[in-house]
Amino acid sequence: MILTVLVVFVGGTTWTVVHSFTKSKLLPKLNFVGLDQYERLWGTRRWLVSIENLAMYGALSLIFTLVIGFTLAALLDRKIRGEAVFRTIFLYPFALSFIVTGLAWQWILNPDLGVQQVVRDLGWTTFELNPLNNPETVMYGILVAGLWQGTGLIMVIMLAGLRGIDEDIWKAARVDGIGTTKTYVRIIIPMMRPVFVTALVLIASGIIKLYDLVVALTNGGPGLSSEVPAKYVINYMFRAQNLGQGFAASTMMLVSVAIILIPWAFLEFGGKKRG
Amino acid sequence: MKIKQSISGLAAAISFGLCASVQATELEVTHWWTSGGEAAAVSEFAKAFDATGNKWVDGAIAGSGGTARPIIISRILGGDPMGATQLNHGRQAEELIEEGLLTDLTDLADKEGWRDFVNPSSLLDACTLDGRIYCAPVNIHSGQWLWLSHGAFKEAGIDVPQNWAEFVAAAPQLAEAGILPLAMGQQGWQQNLAFGTITVAVAGMEAWTEVSVNKNAEVAAGPVYKEVFEAAAAARELAKGSNVQDWNMATNLVITDKAGGQIMGDWAQGEFQVAGQVAGEDYTCLPGLGVNEILDTGGDAFYFPVVDDEETQKAQMELASLLVSPKVQVDFNLKKGSLPIRGDIDLSTANDCMQKGLKILAAGNVLPSGDMALSPDTQTQIEDLMAEFWSTDMSAADAQASYAAIIEDAE
Repeated sequence: MILTVLVVFVGGTTWTVVHSFTKSKLLPKLNFVGLDQYERLWGTRRWLVSIENLAMYGALSLIFTLVIGFTLAALLDRKIRGEAVFRTIFLYPFALSFIVTGLAWQWILNPDLGVQQVVRDLGWTTFELNPLNNPETVMYGILVAGLWQGTGLIMVIMLAGLRGIDEDIWKAARVDGIGTTKTYVRIIIPMMRPVFVTALVLIASGIIKLYDLVVALTNGGPGLSSEVPAKYVINYMFRAQNLGQGFAASTMMLVSVAIILIPWAFLEFGGKKRG
Repeated sequence: MKIKQSISGLAAAISFGLCASVQATELEVTHWWTSGGEAAAVSEFAKAFDATGNKWVDGAIAGSGGTARPIIISRILGGDPMGATQLNHGRQAEELIEEGLLTDLTDLADKEGWRDFVNPSSLLDACTLDGRIYCAPVNIHSGQWLWLSHGAFKEAGIDVPQNWAEFVAAAPQLAEAGILPLAMGQQGWQQNLAFGTITVAVAGMEAWTEVSVNKNAEVAAGPVYKEVFEAAAAARELAKGSNVQDWNMATNLVITDKAGGQIMGDWAQGEFQVAGQVAGEDYTCLPGLGVNEILDTGGDAFYFPVVDDEETQKAQMELASLLVSPKVQVDFNLKKGSLPIRGDIDLSTANDCMQKGLKILAAGNVLPSGDMALSPDTQTQIEDLMAEFWSTDMSAADAQASYAAIIEDAE
């Protein structure tokens, strides 16, 4: 087991990082060129656009998934009728792969086939909803599809967390005359910290590996406006037959994950020691 | 009893399987010819190959070459080679050959005298590394064509243009009639192809060679290429509102008279043919945009990965020999709309457009293709630039500066 971890994770990662300093083309070779690949990487428009897109998608997706997921879970937790039905409806998109999600939303957002045409047929002829063909709005189109697919799962996790809260807490809050919203924000959410951490990890890993949704929805277009880092890596490794460049890009992805993860891990484990 | 029966059944199945494999060697052939016209053409190969007593196992990979190539290459690298595969000859396979993963065809080529009949000879040069031949070219494809819809121009009440300048002049009238002047698939390679075509037409052969073959960044930043980028920016305006992605969808706009024209390689012809259109009556083709009648000589070739099995090796050689044989060349290329690799066959049955191409070929007005001149890495960088240029308001000057920088770094 330890051997597998060492070989697959540490070995594979080291190998990639080492080769990112070479000028390997189609086949990995050890002809070192120093930091050339990284210099080129950070001078490439496409890579910069990719990073920008991922940062924007990541921030918005994180916030909206948590907010929408929690709100839906809280609403379901109010002991409403037909809870199982709603839960199923909200969770269903998660059963679809990103490719299917992408294709479905490509049709929904297509100006000639989807929502725009339907609304126009209903009489509102100036209605416009064409986010995917506009470089300014394309990332929002992808975000909507991503949220549609991903919030259901977060909702279910949150719901499980809410169900784990002791009834007595609610009773105590009511006795003290604290409003429902305030109870959620001040008491319930802090109590659900582990659940939020789980949700955060799930969302974050989904953001970093964002690839198939983009490929199915826009394939990076129009132009370069919806490119993402993972796509850059794949393209340069296989289509451009430039492994060195692809490895450099994937190493940068690893570094960015590490920058976020390491301080967080310190906080988590440090906190445990103190407690 | 039951077990006995099933065992004997199994044995029969195995021996039958063995017999079958002795008679017909199955050869898996991967390619990315999946549009209507292309599929019709590739079935000519399959038919001819099956007729030799072997069996063509079709391994079509949907999507463009950009999708298929990584799959093909990783199968060869990963030790699961197919019997034969399509690739664009040029620099894509260079490293695979250096690693000894592709079969040397030199003996067969010498025996059949490929050097004598392959025309232009640059095709075979692109298959050659250190004096050995590694691929069988099957057709010549050129990108420098402008396809025009007669119906669209009739609707706008104007004559069909004879060159790029006339086309640009006619564009406002097309737009007025509610017709998209220039159909353009929103994919980097198509935009790159259109750019390359405009380059050859505007800058001419000398400047093109200086930049693409000799990698002269000064010329790329100079006044001749300035005109190229300005012409491309003008073409970008004509293509505004073209929301299709795949090239054959864009061609379909021209076929159905919804768009005036499209800059696309001669493979578009197969689509016109499948739609039952006649060259010169329903559509017109202008090689080199009607300005500089020069074609590049890119194309498809088949490579044969090294395998251990002797039967398969034999079948590979049979296929290689078949691919370049006169009859198969005629059948295949008529369906595909591409030009044959042999100068010695009769193509009088070819249509108007192919005749134009043949004439240019015979006159020797040919360029090496981008695939041969530039590495896939540089190609991808230029495609990325073009994807950005065509879909944003990037100025011609900015694009030219980035382009010159890419050329400067190219190997």
